[in-house]
Amino acid sequence: MTTSLRLRAGLVSIVLLAAFLGIWHLATRSTAPVATMSPEYAKLMGLTATQGKSAMPGPLDVGAKLWEHLKRPFYDNGPNDKGLGIQLAYSIGRVGTGYLLAVIVAIPLGFLIGMSPLLSKALDPFIQVLKPISPLAWMPLALYTIKDSSISAVFVIFICSIWPMLLNTVFGVASVRKEWVNVARTLEVGTIRRAFTVILPAAAPTILTGMRISIGIAWLVIVAAEMLVGGTGIGYFVWNEWNNLSITNVIIAILLIGIVGMLLDQILARFTRMVTFPE
Amino acid sequence: MTDKFISIEGIAKRYPGAGAAMTTVFENLWLSMARGEFCCVIGHSGCGKTTVLNILAGLDAPSEGAVIVDGQAISGTSLDRAVIFQSHALLPWRTVLGNVAYAVSSKWRSWDRAKVKAHAQTFIDLVGLTGSEHKHPSELSGGMKQRVGIARALSITPKMMLMDEPFSALDALTRGTLQDEVRRICLETGQTAFMITHDVDEAIYLADKIFLMTNGPGAVLAEVVENPLPRDRGRTDLHRHPLYYALRNHIIDFLVTRSKTFAAETPDHDPRNVPMVHIGKPGLSIASDARPEPSRETSWPGLSRPSTSS
Repeated sequence: MTTSLRLRAGLVSIVLLAAFLGIWHLATRSTAPVATMSPEYAKLMGLTATQGKSAMPGPLDVGAKLWEHLKRPFYDNGPNDKGLGIQLAYSIGRVGTGYLLAVIVAIPLGFLIGMSPLLSKALDPFIQVLKPISPLAWMPLALYTIKDSSISAVFVIFICSIWPMLLNTVFGVASVRKEWVNVARTLEVGTIRRAFTVILPAAAPTILTGMRISIGIAWLVIVAAEMLVGGTGIGYFVWNEWNNLSITNVIIAILLIGIVGMLLDQILARFTRMVTFPE
Repeated sequence: MTDKFISIEGIAKRYPGAGAAMTTVFENLWLSMARGEFCCVIGHSGCGKTTVLNILAGLDAPSEGAVIVDGQAISGTSLDRAVIFQSHALLPWRTVLGNVAYAVSSKWRSWDRAKVKAHAQTFIDLVGLTGSEHKHPSELSGGMKQRVGIARALSITPKMMLMDEPFSALDALTRGTLQDEVRRICLETGQTAFMITHDVDEAIYLADKIFLMTNGPGAVLAEVVENPLPRDRGRTDLHRHPLYYALRNHIIDFLVTRSKTFAAETPDHDPRNVPMVHIGKPGLSIASDARPEPSRETSWPGLSRPSTSS
Protein backbone atom coordinates (compact mmCIF):
# COMPACT_ATOMS: atom_id res chain seq x y z
CA MET A 1 0.00 0.00 0.00
CA THR A 2 2.75 2.44 0.99
CA THR A 3 4.99 1.43 -1.91
CA SER A 4 2.16 1.93 -4.36
CA LEU A 5 1.44 5.33 -2.81
CA ARG A 6 5.09 6.31 -3.15
CA LEU A 7 5.12 5.04 -6.71
CA ARG A 8 2.02 7.04 -7.61
CA ALA A 9 3.34 10.16 -5.88
CA GLY A 10 6.61 9.78 -7.79
CA LEU A 11 4.72 9.48 -11.06
CA VAL A 12 2.68 12.60 -10.30
CA SER A 13 5.92 14.46 -9.45
CA ILE A 14 7.45 13.47 -12.78
CA VAL A 15 4.29 14.46 -14.67
CA LEU A 16 4.23 17.84 -12.92
CA LEU A 17 7.91 18.43 -13.70
CA ALA A 18 7.38 17.48 -17.34
CA ALA A 19 4.35 19.79 -17.59
CA PHE A 20 6.31 22.65 -16.01
CA LEU A 21 9.27 22.18 -18.37
CA GLY A 22 6.91 21.86 -21.33
CA ILE A 23 5.06 25.08 -20.55
CA TRP A 24 8.37 26.82 -19.87
CA HIS A 25 9.71 25.60 -23.23
CA LEU A 26 6.60 26.69 -25.12
CA ALA A 27 6.50 30.09 -23.42
CA THR A 28 10.12 30.94 -24.32
CA ARG A 29 9.99 29.73 -27.94
CA SER A 30 10.86 32.12 -30.78
CA THR A 31 7.44 33.48 -31.62
CA ALA A 32 7.80 37.22 -32.11
CA PRO A 33 7.92 38.50 -35.69
CA VAL A 34 11.37 38.70 -37.21
CA ALA A 35 12.24 42.21 -38.25
CA THR A 36 14.21 42.77 -41.42
CA MET A 37 17.26 44.91 -40.76
CA SER A 38 20.78 45.46 -41.96
CA PRO A 39 23.28 42.79 -40.82
CA GLU A 40 25.31 45.33 -38.79
CA TYR A 41 22.23 46.43 -36.89
CA ALA A 42 21.15 42.82 -36.37
CA LYS A 43 24.53 42.05 -34.81
CA LEU A 44 23.97 44.84 -32.30
CA MET A 45 20.41 43.79 -31.49
CA GLY A 46 21.09 40.13 -30.80
CA LEU A 47 18.81 37.12 -31.21
CA THR A 48 15.84 38.72 -29.45
CA ALA A 49 15.26 41.10 -32.33
CA THR A 50 16.59 39.13 -35.28
CA GLN A 51 14.96 35.73 -34.63
CA GLY A 52 12.12 36.76 -32.35
CA LYS A 53 13.69 34.81 -29.46
CA SER A 54 12.43 35.46 -25.96
CA ALA A 55 14.91 37.14 -23.62
CA MET A 56 14.01 34.45 -21.08
CA PRO A 57 16.11 31.28 -21.60
CA GLY A 58 14.21 28.07 -22.21
CA PRO A 59 14.77 24.83 -20.27
CA LEU A 60 17.08 23.53 -22.98
CA ASP A 61 19.36 26.57 -22.73
CA VAL A 62 19.45 26.23 -18.96
CA GLY A 63 20.11 22.49 -19.22
CA ALA A 64 22.97 22.99 -21.65
CA LYS A 65 24.54 25.69 -19.50
CA LEU A 66 24.08 23.62 -16.33
CA TRP A 67 25.87 20.72 -18.00
CA GLU A 68 28.71 23.08 -18.87
CA HIS A 69 28.96 24.17 -15.22
CA LEU A 70 28.80 20.63 -13.92
CA LYS A 71 31.61 19.54 -16.22
CA ARG A 72 34.04 22.00 -14.66
CA PRO A 73 32.72 23.20 -11.29
CA PHE A 74 36.05 24.35 -9.85
CA TYR A 75 37.67 26.51 -12.55
CA ASP A 76 39.03 29.88 -11.52
CA ASN A 77 39.50 32.53 -14.21
CA GLY A 78 39.91 35.47 -11.88
CA PRO A 79 37.68 37.30 -9.40
CA ASN A 80 34.59 37.52 -11.63
CA ASP A 81 34.69 34.10 -13.25
CA LYS A 82 34.87 31.19 -10.87
CA GLY A 83 33.24 27.77 -11.12
CA LEU A 84 29.93 27.19 -9.33
CA GLY A 85 31.54 24.61 -7.08
CA ILE A 86 33.96 27.24 -5.75
CA GLN A 87 31.18 29.76 -5.23
CA LEU A 88 29.01 27.23 -3.36
CA ALA A 89 32.00 26.16 -1.29
CA TYR A 90 32.57 29.75 -0.20
CA SER A 91 28.90 30.12 0.79
CA ILE A 92 28.76 26.79 2.61
CA GLY A 93 32.00 27.67 4.38
CA ARG A 94 30.60 30.98 5.64
CA VAL A 95 27.32 29.39 6.69
CA GLY A 96 29.18 26.57 8.40
CA THR A 97 31.48 28.89 10.34
CA GLY A 98 28.75 31.32 11.44
CA TYR A 99 26.41 28.47 12.27
CA LEU A 100 28.96 26.55 14.34
CA LEU A 101 29.83 29.69 16.29
CA ALA A 102 26.12 30.18 16.94
CA VAL A 103 25.81 26.55 18.15
CA ILE A 104 28.76 27.04 20.51
CA VAL A 105 27.15 30.16 22.00
CA ALA A 106 23.44 29.36 21.82
CA ILE A 107 23.29 25.88 23.34
CA PRO A 108 25.28 26.48 26.55
CA LEU A 109 23.63 29.88 26.98
CA GLY A 110 20.21 28.36 26.33
CA PHE A 111 20.96 25.71 28.94
CA LEU A 112 21.83 28.35 31.53
CA ILE A 113 18.76 30.44 30.76
CA GLY A 114 16.50 27.39 30.70
CA MET A 115 17.75 26.11 34.05
CA SER A 116 17.64 29.49 35.78
CA PRO A 117 14.30 31.27 36.06
CA LEU A 118 16.17 34.44 37.13
CA LEU A 119 18.35 34.59 34.01
CA SER A 120 15.38 33.64 31.90
CA LYS A 121 13.37 36.61 33.14
CA ALA A 122 16.35 39.00 33.12
CA LEU A 123 17.45 38.21 29.56
CA ASP A 124 13.99 37.94 28.08
CA PRO A 125 13.63 41.66 27.10
CA PHE A 126 17.00 41.63 25.30
CA ILE A 127 16.16 38.48 23.39
CA GLN A 128 12.72 39.80 22.48
CA VAL A 129 14.24 42.99 21.02
CA LEU A 130 17.22 41.36 19.31
CA LYS A 131 15.32 38.46 17.78
CA PRO A 132 13.14 40.36 15.24
CA ILE A 133 16.04 42.43 13.84
CA SER A 134 16.72 41.50 10.23
CA PRO A 135 20.22 40.04 10.19
CA LEU A 136 21.18 42.28 7.25
CA ALA A 137 20.55 45.35 9.41
CA TRP A 138 23.67 44.33 11.36
CA MET A 139 25.77 44.46 8.20
CA PRO A 140 26.89 48.13 8.32
CA LEU A 141 27.75 47.81 12.00
CA ALA A 142 29.65 44.60 11.29
CA LEU A 143 31.53 46.14 8.36
CA TYR A 144 32.43 49.18 10.44
CA THR A 145 33.65 47.24 13.48
CA ILE A 146 35.14 44.13 11.85
CA LYS A 147 36.47 45.93 8.73
CA ASP A 148 36.42 42.70 6.74
CA SER A 149 33.55 41.92 4.40
CA SER A 150 33.95 38.15 4.52
CA ILE A 151 34.01 37.99 8.33
CA SER A 152 31.06 40.39 8.39
CA ALA A 153 29.06 37.90 6.34
CA VAL A 154 29.99 35.19 8.84
CA PHE A 155 28.86 37.47 11.65
CA VAL A 156 25.51 38.02 9.93
CA ILE A 157 25.05 34.24 9.68
CA PHE A 158 25.99 33.91 13.34
CA ILE A 159 23.50 36.53 14.47
CA CYS A 160 20.63 35.15 12.38
CA SER A 161 21.09 31.51 13.36
CA ILE A 162 21.56 32.09 17.07
CA TRP A 163 17.95 33.01 17.94
CA PRO A 164 15.99 29.91 16.93
CA MET A 165 18.62 27.71 18.59
CA LEU A 166 18.72 29.80 21.74
CA LEU A 167 14.96 30.00 22.13
CA ASN A 168 14.43 26.30 21.39
CA THR A 169 17.18 25.31 23.82
CA VAL A 170 15.65 27.50 26.53
CA PHE A 171 12.21 26.05 25.87
CA GLY A 172 13.47 22.48 25.66
CA VAL A 173 15.48 22.75 28.87
CA ALA A 174 12.76 24.56 30.79
CA SER A 175 10.05 22.09 29.80
CA VAL A 176 11.85 18.86 30.67
CA ARG A 177 9.27 16.68 32.43
CA LYS A 178 9.41 17.37 36.16
CA GLU A 179 9.24 13.67 37.02
CA TRP A 180 12.50 13.01 35.12
CA VAL A 181 14.20 15.79 37.04
CA ASN A 182 12.71 14.36 40.25
CA VAL A 183 14.17 10.94 39.42
CA ALA A 184 17.61 12.54 39.18
CA ARG A 185 16.99 14.47 42.41
CA THR A 186 15.96 11.39 44.39
CA LEU A 187 19.11 9.68 43.11
CA GLU A 188 21.20 12.62 44.37
CA VAL A 189 22.59 13.26 40.90
CA GLY A 190 24.66 16.46 40.83
CA THR A 191 23.74 19.45 38.68
CA ILE A 192 26.36 18.82 36.00
CA ARG A 193 25.62 15.12 35.68
CA ARG A 194 21.88 15.88 35.73
CA ALA A 195 22.33 18.37 32.88
CA PHE A 196 24.09 15.78 30.73
CA THR A 197 22.18 12.63 31.66
CA VAL A 198 18.62 13.90 32.00
CA ILE A 199 18.12 17.41 30.66
CA LEU A 200 20.27 17.17 27.53
CA PRO A 201 18.72 13.93 26.22
CA ALA A 202 15.23 15.10 27.15
CA ALA A 203 15.67 18.49 25.47
CA ALA A 204 17.70 17.21 22.50
CA PRO A 205 14.78 16.85 20.07
CA THR A 206 13.66 20.43 20.76
CA ILE A 207 17.23 21.74 20.48
CA LEU A 208 17.76 19.92 17.18
CA THR A 209 14.50 21.38 15.86
CA GLY A 210 15.88 24.84 16.65
CA MET A 211 19.13 23.96 14.90
CA ARG A 212 17.18 22.82 11.86
CA ILE A 213 15.25 26.10 11.70
CA SER A 214 18.54 27.98 12.11
CA ILE A 215 20.35 26.27 9.24
CA GLY A 216 17.39 27.09 6.98
CA ILE A 217 17.47 30.76 7.95
CA ALA A 218 21.27 30.89 7.63
CA TRP A 219 21.09 29.55 4.09
CA LEU A 220 18.37 32.09 3.23
CA VAL A 221 20.43 34.95 4.61
CA ILE A 222 23.82 34.03 3.08
CA VAL A 223 22.56 34.78 -0.46
CA ALA A 224 21.45 38.28 0.51
CA ALA A 225 24.57 38.88 2.60
CA GLU A 226 26.89 37.88 -0.24
CA MET A 227 25.02 40.12 -2.66
CA LEU A 228 25.91 42.97 -0.31
CA VAL A 229 29.52 42.10 0.56
CA GLY A 230 30.45 40.80 -2.89
CA GLY A 231 33.63 39.03 -3.89
CA THR A 232 32.77 35.36 -3.64
CA GLY A 233 29.89 33.06 -2.87
CA ILE A 234 26.71 31.95 -4.55
CA GLY A 235 24.89 35.18 -3.59
CA TYR A 236 27.61 37.24 -5.27
CA PHE A 237 27.41 34.92 -8.27
CA VAL A 238 23.67 35.62 -8.66
CA TRP A 239 24.20 39.37 -8.53
CA ASN A 240 27.22 39.23 -10.83
CA GLU A 241 25.30 37.22 -13.42
CA TRP A 242 22.42 39.68 -13.17
CA ASN A 243 24.90 42.43 -13.98
CA ASN A 244 26.08 40.28 -16.90
CA LEU A 245 22.40 39.90 -17.91
CA SER A 246 22.87 36.14 -17.91
CA ILE A 247 19.42 34.99 -16.84
CA THR A 248 20.47 31.39 -17.57
CA ASN A 249 23.15 31.51 -14.91
CA VAL A 250 20.77 33.19 -12.48
CA ILE A 251 18.27 30.37 -12.93
CA ILE A 252 21.00 27.76 -12.47
CA ALA A 253 22.12 29.50 -9.28
CA ILE A 254 18.54 29.57 -7.97
CA LEU A 255 18.23 25.84 -8.62
CA LEU A 256 21.50 25.07 -6.85
CA ILE A 257 20.63 27.27 -3.86
CA GLY A 258 17.43 25.27 -3.49
CA ILE A 259 19.20 21.92 -3.72
CA VAL A 260 21.93 22.84 -1.23
CA GLY A 261 19.33 24.24 1.18
CA MET A 262 17.38 21.00 0.95
CA LEU A 263 20.50 18.93 1.63
CA LEU A 264 21.39 21.01 4.70
CA ASP A 265 17.85 20.58 6.02
CA GLN A 266 17.94 16.82 5.41
CA ILE A 267 21.21 16.48 7.31
CA LEU A 268 19.71 18.22 10.35
CA ALA A 269 16.50 16.18 9.98
CA ARG A 270 18.60 13.03 10.18
CA PHE A 271 20.31 14.26 13.36
CA THR A 272 16.91 15.11 14.84
CA ARG A 273 15.69 11.58 14.18
CA MET A 274 18.79 10.19 15.88
CA VAL A 275 18.05 11.94 19.18
CA THR A 276 14.27 11.59 19.15
CA PHE A 277 12.97 8.98 21.58
CA PRO A 278 9.53 7.37 21.51
CA GLU A 279 7.52 7.79 24.69
CA MET B 1 5.58 3.38 68.91
CA THR B 2 8.88 2.69 70.61
CA ASP B 3 11.09 2.57 67.55
CA LYS B 4 10.48 5.73 65.61
CA PHE B 5 12.41 5.07 62.44
CA ILE B 6 10.56 7.82 60.67
CA SER B 7 8.98 10.66 62.54
CA ILE B 8 7.07 13.47 60.92
CA GLU B 9 6.93 16.25 63.48
CA GLY B 10 4.37 18.98 63.12
CA ILE B 11 4.76 19.63 59.42
CA ALA B 12 2.57 22.08 57.53
CA LYS B 13 2.29 23.03 53.91
CA ARG B 14 0.88 26.38 52.83
CA TYR B 15 0.63 27.97 49.43
CA PRO B 16 0.00 31.64 48.69
CA GLY B 17 -3.69 31.83 47.98
CA ALA B 18 -5.86 34.64 46.66
CA GLY B 19 -4.58 38.00 47.88
CA ALA B 20 -2.46 37.93 51.01
CA ALA B 21 -4.20 34.87 52.44
CA MET B 22 -2.33 31.56 52.59
CA THR B 23 -4.03 28.33 51.67
CA THR B 24 -3.17 25.65 54.18
CA VAL B 25 -3.19 22.18 52.72
CA PHE B 26 -2.46 20.63 56.11
CA GLU B 27 -0.81 21.75 59.31
CA ASN B 28 0.52 20.32 62.54
CA LEU B 29 0.78 16.84 61.06
CA TRP B 30 2.50 14.24 63.22
CA LEU B 31 3.08 10.64 62.37
CA SER B 32 5.68 8.01 62.95
CA MET B 33 6.66 4.68 61.50
CA ALA B 34 8.75 1.86 62.86
CA ARG B 35 11.52 0.14 60.94
CA GLY B 36 10.23 -2.51 58.56
CA GLU B 37 6.69 -1.26 58.74
CA PHE B 38 4.46 -0.97 55.69
CA CYS B 39 2.17 2.05 55.98
CA CYS B 40 -0.54 3.19 53.61
CA VAL B 41 -2.15 6.60 53.51
CA ILE B 42 -5.76 6.84 52.42
CA GLY B 43 -7.63 10.06 51.83
CA HIS B 44 -9.48 11.92 49.17
CA SER B 45 -7.74 13.92 46.47
CA GLY B 46 -6.52 17.28 47.68
CA CYS B 47 -5.82 16.25 51.26
CA GLY B 48 -2.09 16.61 50.71
CA LYS B 49 -1.07 12.95 50.61
CA THR B 50 1.28 13.49 47.73
CA THR B 51 2.73 16.56 49.42
CA VAL B 52 3.47 14.51 52.55
CA LEU B 53 5.20 11.91 50.38
CA ASN B 54 7.17 14.55 48.51
CA ILE B 55 8.28 16.06 51.81
CA LEU B 56 9.35 12.62 53.02
CA ALA B 57 11.25 12.12 49.77
CA GLY B 58 12.85 15.54 50.12
CA LEU B 59 11.44 16.73 46.80
CA ASP B 60 9.35 19.32 48.63
CA ALA B 61 10.08 21.24 51.80
CA PRO B 62 7.49 21.68 54.56
CA SER B 63 6.44 25.24 55.44
CA GLU B 64 6.80 24.29 59.10
CA GLY B 65 8.01 21.33 61.09
CA ALA B 66 10.57 18.67 60.37
CA VAL B 67 10.92 15.09 59.25
CA ILE B 68 13.31 12.85 61.15
CA VAL B 69 14.55 9.66 59.52
CA ASP B 70 16.76 7.31 61.48
CA GLY B 71 17.52 9.97 64.07
CA GLN B 72 18.40 12.73 61.64
CA ALA B 73 16.33 15.59 60.29
CA ILE B 74 16.19 15.35 56.52
CA SER B 75 17.14 18.12 54.19
CA GLY B 76 16.56 17.38 50.55
CA THR B 77 16.53 14.11 48.74
CA SER B 78 18.57 11.10 49.69
CA LEU B 79 19.57 7.77 48.20
CA ASP B 80 18.25 6.24 51.44
CA ARG B 81 14.71 7.05 50.40
CA ALA B 82 13.70 5.63 47.04
CA VAL B 83 10.57 6.86 45.29
CA ILE B 84 8.33 4.84 43.02
CA PHE B 85 6.44 7.36 40.95
CA GLN B 86 2.82 7.01 39.91
CA SER B 87 3.76 7.66 36.29
CA HIS B 88 6.77 5.28 36.57
CA ALA B 89 8.99 8.21 35.38
CA LEU B 90 11.34 6.05 33.36
CA LEU B 91 13.83 7.85 31.15
CA PRO B 92 12.46 6.96 27.69
CA TRP B 93 15.81 7.24 25.90
CA ARG B 94 17.34 4.57 28.13
CA THR B 95 16.69 0.85 28.02
CA VAL B 96 15.35 -1.10 30.99
CA LEU B 97 18.90 -1.96 31.98
CA GLY B 98 19.98 1.64 31.34
CA ASN B 99 17.29 3.00 33.64
CA VAL B 100 18.21 0.68 36.51
CA ALA B 101 21.94 1.10 35.88
CA TYR B 102 21.49 4.88 36.02
CA ALA B 103 20.25 4.55 39.60
CA VAL B 104 22.95 2.02 40.51
CA SER B 105 25.78 4.17 39.14
CA SER B 106 24.31 7.20 40.92
CA LYS B 107 24.62 5.44 44.26
CA TRP B 108 27.96 3.76 43.70
CA ARG B 109 29.91 6.25 41.61
CA SER B 110 33.17 4.31 41.68
CA TRP B 111 31.77 1.04 40.38
CA ASP B 112 32.89 -0.04 36.95
CA ARG B 113 30.49 -0.75 34.13
CA ALA B 114 30.41 -4.52 34.59
CA LYS B 115 29.68 -4.28 38.32
CA VAL B 116 26.88 -1.75 37.76
CA LYS B 117 25.40 -3.95 35.06
CA ALA B 118 25.54 -7.09 37.19
CA HIS B 119 23.93 -5.31 40.14
CA ALA B 120 21.18 -3.83 37.95
CA GLN B 121 20.57 -7.24 36.40
CA THR B 122 19.94 -8.76 39.84
CA PHE B 123 17.09 -6.37 40.44
CA ILE B 124 15.68 -6.72 36.92
CA ASP B 125 15.56 -10.47 37.58
CA LEU B 126 13.95 -9.83 40.97
CA VAL B 127 10.96 -8.07 39.42
CA GLY B 128 10.68 -10.71 36.71
CA LEU B 129 11.86 -8.73 33.70
CA THR B 130 14.66 -11.07 32.67
CA GLY B 131 14.90 -10.99 28.89
CA SER B 132 13.58 -7.43 28.51
CA GLU B 133 16.76 -5.65 29.62
CA HIS B 134 17.44 -4.08 26.25
CA LYS B 135 13.92 -2.88 25.51
CA HIS B 136 13.03 0.77 25.70
CA PRO B 137 10.16 1.89 27.96
CA SER B 138 7.96 2.58 24.92
CA GLU B 139 8.10 -1.12 24.08
CA LEU B 140 6.84 -2.18 27.53
CA SER B 141 3.32 -2.53 28.90
CA GLY B 142 2.21 -0.35 31.82
CA GLY B 143 2.79 -3.14 34.31
CA MET B 144 6.28 -3.86 32.99
CA LYS B 145 7.17 -0.17 33.14
CA GLN B 146 6.15 -0.04 36.79
CA ARG B 147 8.21 -3.16 37.44
CA VAL B 148 11.22 -1.29 36.07
CA GLY B 149 10.32 1.59 38.41
CA ILE B 150 10.28 -0.86 41.33
CA ALA B 151 13.58 -2.42 40.24
CA ARG B 152 15.13 1.02 39.97
CA ALA B 153 13.94 1.97 43.46
CA LEU B 154 15.12 -1.31 45.00
CA SER B 155 18.45 -1.36 43.20
CA ILE B 156 19.84 1.43 45.37
CA THR B 157 19.01 -0.65 48.49
CA PRO B 158 17.21 2.21 50.20
CA LYS B 159 16.27 2.40 53.87
CA MET B 160 12.69 3.08 52.86
CA MET B 161 10.49 3.10 49.82
CA LEU B 162 8.01 5.85 49.06
CA MET B 163 5.23 4.98 46.65
CA ASP B 164 2.77 7.47 45.23
CA GLU B 165 -0.20 5.44 43.98
CA PRO B 166 2.21 3.19 42.11
CA PHE B 167 -0.43 0.86 40.70
CA SER B 168 -3.33 3.22 40.06
CA ALA B 169 -2.69 3.37 36.32
CA LEU B 170 -2.66 -0.40 35.91
CA ASP B 171 -5.41 -2.90 35.17
CA ALA B 172 -6.73 -4.97 38.07
CA LEU B 173 -4.92 -8.17 37.13
CA THR B 174 -1.52 -6.54 36.72
CA ARG B 175 -2.10 -4.53 39.87
CA GLY B 176 -2.73 -7.72 41.84
CA THR B 177 0.48 -9.35 40.59
CA LEU B 178 2.54 -6.29 41.35
CA GLN B 179 1.04 -5.98 44.83
CA ASP B 180 2.11 -9.56 45.46
CA GLU B 181 5.62 -8.76 44.23
CA VAL B 182 5.94 -5.62 46.31
CA ARG B 183 4.68 -7.43 49.40
CA ARG B 184 7.06 -10.33 48.85
CA ILE B 185 10.02 -8.03 48.25
CA CYS B 186 9.24 -5.81 51.25
CA LEU B 187 8.88 -8.83 53.55
CA GLU B 188 12.07 -10.41 52.21
CA THR B 189 14.17 -7.28 52.50
CA GLY B 190 12.52 -5.88 55.63
CA GLN B 191 11.86 -2.68 53.74
CA THR B 192 10.11 0.21 55.42
CA ALA B 193 7.45 1.44 53.00
CA PHE B 194 5.14 4.41 52.80
CA MET B 195 2.46 4.15 50.17
CA ILE B 196 -0.30 6.42 49.02
CA THR B 197 -3.31 4.64 47.64
CA HIS B 198 -6.95 5.11 46.77
CA ASP B 199 -7.60 1.40 46.81
CA VAL B 200 -8.92 0.20 50.17
CA ASP B 201 -8.22 -3.46 49.38
CA GLU B 202 -4.68 -2.62 48.37
CA ALA B 203 -4.15 -0.93 51.73
CA ILE B 204 -5.63 -3.88 53.62
CA TYR B 205 -3.51 -6.37 51.73
CA LEU B 206 -0.23 -4.50 51.98
CA ALA B 207 -0.27 -2.30 55.05
CA ASP B 208 0.61 -2.89 58.66
CA LYS B 209 -0.79 0.49 59.54
CA ILE B 210 -3.27 2.60 57.60
CA PHE B 211 -3.26 6.37 58.02
CA LEU B 212 -6.63 7.99 57.38
CA MET B 213 -6.57 11.62 56.33
CA THR B 214 -9.54 13.99 56.28
CA ASN B 215 -10.44 16.19 53.36
CA GLY B 216 -8.37 19.26 52.59
CA PRO B 217 -7.80 22.12 52.78
CA GLY B 218 -6.83 22.01 56.42
CA ALA B 219 -6.55 18.21 56.29
CA VAL B 220 -5.58 16.32 59.43
CA LEU B 221 -4.44 12.80 60.13
CA ALA B 222 -7.66 11.52 61.73
CA GLU B 223 -6.61 8.12 62.94
CA VAL B 224 -4.16 5.31 62.49
CA VAL B 225 -5.78 1.95 61.88
CA GLU B 226 -3.77 -1.07 62.81
CA ASN B 227 -4.22 -3.93 60.40
CA PRO B 228 -5.54 -6.88 62.41
CA LEU B 229 -4.84 -9.41 59.65
CA PRO B 230 -1.88 -11.72 60.21
CA ARG B 231 1.42 -10.79 58.61
CA ASP B 232 1.50 -13.87 56.45
CA ARG B 233 -1.85 -13.07 54.84
CA GLY B 234 -2.49 -14.30 51.33
CA ARG B 235 -4.42 -12.53 48.60
CA THR B 236 -6.80 -15.43 48.01
CA ASP B 237 -8.09 -15.91 51.54
CA LEU B 238 -7.81 -12.32 52.65
CA HIS B 239 -11.56 -11.74 52.59
CA ARG B 240 -12.25 -14.82 54.71
CA HIS B 241 -10.51 -13.41 57.73
CA PRO B 242 -13.11 -12.56 60.41
CA LEU B 243 -11.87 -9.02 60.78
CA TYR B 244 -11.50 -8.27 57.08
CA TYR B 245 -14.95 -6.74 56.60
CA ALA B 246 -14.80 -4.89 59.87
CA LEU B 247 -11.59 -3.24 58.75
CA ARG B 248 -12.83 -2.61 55.25
CA ASN B 249 -16.12 -1.10 56.44
CA HIS B 250 -14.33 1.10 58.91
CA ILE B 251 -12.13 2.57 56.17
CA ILE B 252 -15.00 2.95 53.72
CA ASP B 253 -17.17 4.63 56.34
CA PHE B 254 -14.35 7.02 56.95
CA LEU B 255 -13.92 7.81 53.27
CA VAL B 256 -17.64 8.15 52.60
CA THR B 257 -18.75 10.26 55.55
CA ARG B 258 -16.30 10.82 58.36
CA SER B 259 -13.55 12.32 56.21
CA LYS B 260 -15.87 15.28 55.61
CA THR B 261 -17.38 15.59 59.07
CA PHE B 262 -14.36 14.64 61.18
CA ALA B 263 -13.18 18.18 61.94
CA ALA B 264 -16.65 19.32 63.06
CA GLU B 265 -17.35 16.17 65.09
CA THR B 266 -14.07 16.05 66.92
CA PRO B 267 -13.09 19.58 67.92
CA ASP B 268 -10.67 18.25 70.54
CA HIS B 269 -8.66 16.10 68.11
CA ASP B 270 -5.05 16.16 69.18
CA PRO B 271 -2.82 15.92 66.09
CA ARG B 272 0.16 14.89 68.22
CA ASN B 273 -1.66 11.90 69.71
CA VAL B 274 -3.67 10.54 66.84
CA PRO B 275 -5.91 7.73 68.10
CA MET B 276 -4.77 4.26 67.17
CA VAL B 277 -7.71 2.12 66.10
CA HIS B 278 -7.61 -1.61 66.72
CA ILE B 279 -10.35 -3.24 64.72
CA GLY B 280 -12.24 -5.95 66.52
CA LYS B 281 -10.94 -4.99 69.91
CA PRO B 282 -13.53 -2.41 70.90
CA GLY B 283 -12.00 -1.80 74.29
CA LEU B 284 -8.81 -0.53 72.72
CA SER B 285 -10.42 1.27 69.86
CA ILE B 286 -10.03 4.69 71.39
CA ALA B 287 -6.64 5.43 72.76
CA SER B 288 -7.80 8.40 74.79
CA ASP B 289 -11.03 10.24 75.43
CA ALA B 290 -10.68 11.90 72.07
CA ARG B 291 -14.17 11.09 70.92
CA PRO B 292 -17.34 11.23 72.98
CA GLU B 293 -19.03 8.38 71.14
CA PRO B 294 -16.85 5.30 71.28
CA SER B 295 -19.87 3.13 70.47
CA ARG B 296 -19.18 3.60 66.79
CA GLU B 297 -16.58 0.91 66.71
CA THR B 298 -18.33 -1.57 68.92
CA SER B 299 -20.86 -3.22 66.66
CA TRP B 300 -19.64 -4.55 63.39
CA PRO B 301 -21.73 -6.62 61.06
CA GLY B 302 -18.54 -8.35 60.06
CA LEU B 303 -17.99 -9.58 63.57
CA SER B 304 -21.16 -11.62 63.62
CA ARG B 305 -20.18 -13.63 60.58
CA PRO B 306 -19.13 -17.17 61.30
CA SER B 307 -15.44 -17.42 61.09
CA THR B 308 -14.32 -19.55 58.18
CA SER B 309 -10.63 -19.30 58.64
CA SER B 310 -8.54 -19.91 61.62
